[in-house]
Amino acid sequence: MSRTDNGATGGSAGRVWAMLLRYLYLLRSSWPRTLELLYWPTLQMLIWGFMSQFLYVNSNYVFRAFGVLLAAVMLWDVLFRGQLGLSISFLEEMWARNLGHLFVTPLRPVEWVAALLSMSLIRVLVGVVPAALLAIVLYHYSIFALGLPLVAFFAVLLAMGWALGLAICGMILRHGMGAESLAWLAVFTLSPVSAVYYPVSILPHWLQHVAWALPSTYVFEGMRTLLFQKIFRADYLATAAVLDLAMLALGAGVFALSFRGARQRGALLQMGE
Amino acid sequence: MLADRGMMRHIGAMPAPAIEVKTLVKRYPSAIAVDGISFTVERGVVTALLGGNGAGKTTTLSILLGLLLPTSGTVHVLGEDILRHRYRVLPRMNFSSPFVDLPHRLTVRQNLLIYARLYGLRRRRERIEALAADLQVGAFLDRPAGKLSAGQKTRVALAKALLNEPELLLLDEPTASLDPDTGDWVRGYLEAWQARTGATILMASHNMAEVERMCADVLMMKTGRIVDRGSPRALIARYGRANLEEVFLHIVRKPEPALEAVS
Repeated sequence: MSRTDNGATGGSAGRVWAMLLRYLYLLRSSWPRTLELLYWPTLQMLIWGFMSQFLYVNSNYVFRAFGVLLAAVMLWDVLFRGQLGLSISFLEEMWARNLGHLFVTPLRPVEWVAALLSMSLIRVLVGVVPAALLAIVLYHYSIFALGLPLVAFFAVLLAMGWALGLAICGMILRHGMGAESLAWLAVFTLSPVSAVYYPVSILPHWLQHVAWALPSTYVFEGMRTLLFQKIFRADYLATAAVLDLAMLALGAGVFALSFRGARQRGALLQMGE
Repeated sequence: MLADRGMMRHIGAMPAPAIEVKTLVKRYPSAIAVDGISFTVERGVVTALLGGNGAGKTTTLSILLGLLLPTSGTVHVLGEDILRHRYRVLPRMNFSSPFVDLPHRLTVRQNLLIYARLYGLRRRRERIEALAADLQVGAFLDRPAGKLSAGQKTRVALAKALLNEPELLLLDEPTASLDPDTGDWVRGYLEAWQARTGATILMASHNMAEVERMCADVLMMKTGRIVDRGSPRALIARYGRANLEEVFLHIVRKPEPALEAVS
């Protein structure tokens, strides 16, 4: 902590909290946005819940483990909401043309990113936990029955969402608001190869190599192994964690380079809608 | 002049200039925005950065704020190298522009609280209440910032800019789009605040009457260079004109080869 002449105390945690507070104020200021956080995960859970009830009596695959589709949809939401939660908070600054104000304060980019990550976690929990609780009430299926591996799956997918979110924010910093749609679309390109609802073996052989390069694939394969065979694949988790670290480094690198590029172009003062 | 009094207060201590710029260049692929300018701004002085559109004023302010990286040159602000140690000096300076609103969806109070936290201020609520009373924004502290009039937004932006009691305040056209009454109020407030604190102000402005009234020193920019410098009175006398607006028009309209850059 350093003290300046204006009675201020400089503290990194204080600045991270200031930015987190900003995003919480924004969330609180609009009930439709808060409702939206709950809406999509709950809707997805309802659709796949009824689908699971139907397939339970019509499909051997679901009969072997009722929750295989429900767990998949909720875990996919952790990845998707983790990325979107980060990107939306970032976009709030772009829509408000607020970067010019923020970065003439002592706020450092890394502190801003810490606030974005924290807000992403909050958005994921607000969206996914109520859906998970509703699944217990409606379908008598609890994803929490996965136990400790659920924490590991959650962490891997959230970290992957953060890595994607950082890279997407970097692309928006680099290319401007024309790249805004990446925030909603990019993660879905990974959905078919992440083997969310089906095993990797169903993919064409050449695509399986792509699938095994993604941390998410290890989570969904690991989840199925746990549900069908009651085996926790620690090797899957370790590989996913290593891939996550590589993706996070790449995402952070793209973001840092784009931020520096924005300072070189003078975009921080101009960027926005 | 109020600004002169502020300058006198600092002469005894002889600290480093508030701003010291040397051979600053900002080159884009298609244009040179700032073309090797050098200048100093002494502490406690209100200085204007004048020039037509595209002269390089906003580019210069952005570099001083650390928002824009120069192609070459050195910039020292309050004795610190802004390119290497911007986080040492950012808590001691601030910026206000009517062209960059505070986030619309948050209330004025929420916005100010967040910026007070970013500056690491203690007794944030007291500071905001005091500034709100001073700048007459207390009545709409709990209104969304997007629902304010231009005059109210300008006063709120000033409240944000003065939160950390800056030693250096950078202003980009502080009274643009304000009616004459509100503009006069803002100028009066800034003059009184500067006289009280002895802070340094560097402002870009297109309002020549404002510059004549507030500024002890003027930097004239054209096509990325500083082409003249002096007090408003000295510039008016040098060019044999009736007021600063006529000096400005003379410089802006004069063919470029006749002008020589000064540092």
